[in-house]
This record gives sequence, C-alpha cells and structure tokens, in this order.
Amino acid sequence: MAPLTRPVTRPLTFSIRKKVFPAVGLRGEMIVLKDIAFHVQPGSFVVITGPSGSGKSTMLNIIAGLDQAYEGDIDLGGGDKCLAYVFQSPRLLPWRTVYENIALVLPAGDRRRGNIPDLLKRVGLSDAASAYPEMISLGMQRRVALARAFVLEPEVLLMDEPFVSLDDPTAQDLRELLVELWSSRPTTVLFVTHDRAEAVMLSTRILRLSGAPASIVGDIPVSLSVADRTDRDKVRAEQRRIFGDA
Amino acid sequence: MLQVVKAPAQRIKLGRIGWSLASLSVLIAIWEVAALIAASRYLPGPLAVVEVMVREAKAGELWGNIGATLARVAFSFVFAMFVGSAIGVALGRHPRADRFFDTWLIFFLNLPALVIIVLCYIWFGLTEVAAVTAVAINKIPNVAVTMREGTRSLSKDLEEMAGIYRLGWWKTLRHVTLPQLAPYFAAASRSGLALVWKIVLVVEAFGRSDGVGHQLNIAFQLFDVPMILAYALAFIIVVQIIEIAIMQPIMARANKWRR
Repeated sequence: MAPLTRPVTRPLTFSIRKKVFPAVGLRGEMIVLKDIAFHVQPGSFVVITGPSGSGKSTMLNIIAGLDQAYEGDIDLGGGDKCLAYVFQSPRLLPWRTVYENIALVLPAGDRRRGNIPDLLKRVGLSDAASAYPEMISLGMQRRVALARAFVLEPEVLLMDEPFVSLDDPTAQDLRELLVELWSSRPTTVLFVTHDRAEAVMLSTRILRLSGAPASIVGDIPVSLSVADRTDRDKVRAEQRRIFGDA
Repeated sequence: MLQVVKAPAQRIKLGRIGWSLASLSVLIAIWEVAALIAASRYLPGPLAVVEVMVREAKAGELWGNIGATLARVAFSFVFAMFVGSAIGVALGRHPRADRFFDTWLIFFLNLPALVIIVLCYIWFGLTEVAAVTAVAINKIPNVAVTMREGTRSLSKDLEEMAGIYRLGWWKTLRHVTLPQLAPYFAAASRSGLALVWKIVLVVEAFGRSDGVGHQLNIAFQLFDVPMILAYALAFIIVVQIIEIAIMQPIMARANKWRR
C-alpha cells in the first residue's frame, strides 16, 4: 500500500455536552449522550463497546457529520480529513458491480483506482469483480464495503458493527483482514461492537459505554502486538485481563 | 400487454412463444366459427378483415393514419412523462407541498378523460396542440403519483453513503438516485403507454381529421365493421411490436442486476 501522504498530526477530539433524540409519538424526548469527551491519537484503533441503545452508533454518526443536531464540538484533527464509514449493512449499490461500487468513491483518473485489483485480491474478491451485490453472499458484500472504505486510504475510518450476522469463521477472516489492512497503513479507526473478543482482538484501546444517558465507564488500553491479534489464546488471555471473562 | 421477461432462459422463451401461438390460433378459430355461424356483415371473419387491412395498406391510408396516431402518442407520452415526473419528484421531496397539492392530484385523477378532451377542444380550438395537451393531462396525474411514491421510497441509507463518500450531486444522481427511480419510471411508462394509446384514439375521433381514431369514427358512422376490425388489428400489431422491440429490451437491461 502507498505510504500515508498527508501526515496525521493532531488527535481527534470528541466532546459532546448533550445529544437529544426528539419526542416521537408517545415516547418523550430522550437524552442519549451527556458530557462525553475523549481524544483519539492518530493511528490508533479505538473500539467503543456498550449495551444496545447506549448511543454508540449515534456517536459515529455525529463524527461522520450525518447527525448535526447536538451540543458540543467534534474535531477530526484539523484540515479536511478523508473519512470512510463502514455501516452495519453493507450499503452497496445493487445496480452496480462489485468493481464499480468500489471505484465509485474515487474520482475518474484517480491514482488510487490502480489499487483496486490488488485490494480485491486481498479481500478475496478477484473473481467477483463484475458480479452484482445481490448475487454474492452477505460476507462477500461486507468485504466489498470494507474494500470501498480502504481504497480511499482514509485518515479516519468509522465502523459500526461491520461483522454482525456473519458466521464465526467468516467474521474471523474479515477481522484478520482488517488487522492486516489497518497495520499496513496507519489509519485512525473508531469501531463499534458488542463483541468483547472482537473488541480485544482489534483495538489498541477500548471505551466502555454504559447508562442512560450514556457515559464512559471504562477506558482501557489493549497491549497486543499485530502478530498476537490473530492468536486466539493470546486474545482470550487479554480479554480475561480486561473484562474478567472468556 | 405482455409481462416483463426477467433474464429468460432459452427453453422458457421458446415455450412462451409456443404458448402464445397456440392461444392465438384458438382465438382466431373461435372468431372464424362465430363469423360462420352469425353469417352477418356485422361480424366478418378473420380473412375478410385481413383483406381490408391489406387493401387499406396498399392505398397508403393505413400507414398514414397509424403514423399520425403514433406521432400524437409519442408527443403526449413524452410530455406527460416529463411533466408528471417533475411534479411527482417535487411532491415526494417536499411533504408540505405534497399535503397541499394532494387534493389537486386526486381531483385530476378522477376527472373523466372525456371532460378533459371536450374542454381542451372548447378552450383551445380543434387543434393539434389541444389534442396532445388533452391526452397528456389525462396521463400526468398517474405519472406524478407513481413517481411521488418512488421518490418517497428513496433509500436514506444510500443517500448517507453517497454523502460520506463525497460522491457529489452528479454521481449521486446518476448512480444512486436515478437507478432507484427507474422501476417507478418504467411502471409509469408502461401503464402510461397503454392509457395514452386509448385516449389518443378518442381525441382523434372527436376533433382530428386523420389518425386511427378518426378512421374508426368514420367506419362507425358507416357501420363498416371490417374496417373497424382492420384498424384495430393493425393497431394491436404495431403496439405489440413496440412493446417487444423497444420496451422489453429496455426493461431487461434495466433489470440485469436483479437476482
């Protein structure tokens, strides 16, 4: 992969005083996030974990700029950061082929288009380049979504439970692929998941969210080397150390 | 009208044609038998009708009239699709405008075609513009309603994706929005064409001096049933050719990505 062209310098800052979901029907106004602030060092892999409805996805949407109705400040680390988002569902265009779905995020003639064949090979989709998304499995669709995010060579990558509803071997493959891609190009990743083993395997730091409105109840560094992350026993040991389970 | 054939397998396609031919033969046989039993000049057999058709075609009458009708169909169809789509997309995107104009739409949807035709002729004279406008106005509300539905069902997920990946308005329109509207546009086109055909004939019968509708009107005044059936038959054939040669290939191409 090409080296990072734009140096990432300042940390990403997330500082939300209050995020409210307006009243809908019988349900009144709901405060989702209150006084949550943290910094993310460039190049780190932060996993945000916590119970359903604790506002994890909302945090990613705020960082991505999809949700702008909040009180607080978001700073991606200065400048016009290149950002990619891997959503919970692959969100591919069903009427465009696998290749076209990936190429679409790059301008015509962009040098990064040259990386697509290599990237397709790394995610194991070389033979499916001209297939339409509805003709391939969910696991393959998720790989396409992953490739689409990585082809941008983003400085900030947001991932919202990108591996849910996959069988375990497939999910494990994709996690290993993610570790490989992330370690080959320094990228700041914010990754939301329920899965503790997944959190430990992928992250350099885990933020645990709890309560309603949510607050950060744990900020835990993970000290696994890249090689250790694909070793299930080492991941399990680290998980025991952090969560006291597994 | 025939149904869309999605990625037809060769074997199934041949089967389809076989079935169509068989059912058509039975229909013609029934017609022939009925004509023989009735033995009336008001129910000519298939052969007599084809004879009239050939005679009219040789005289050049048939093509001239069908051509005139086709031109009116084309103009009013394009006009109605364009205006109807614009209205539908606008209403689908702006709920407040939709709440206001919904009543108007219902009013025009329920306005009888004949009323629109008669009023257009009275207000704008017995002109070509009045004829085409009358047909278009009949069709516009249907197109608007269908396209409004399509616009409402545009995926928020894909819109967000397009925003995050900074596709820009042109790429978003071309790769994200229009493909989602295409099935609705296709549905509106097909039902639109079927409706426009029929209304154009009425418009021609009322206030034009050429076209299939005009010809049918004259034949009606003379109780010339072979002529009526000859034009009807020629017309059905032309419509089917357009359906098979133009509409179906377009649909098949647009649906290539479907499983």
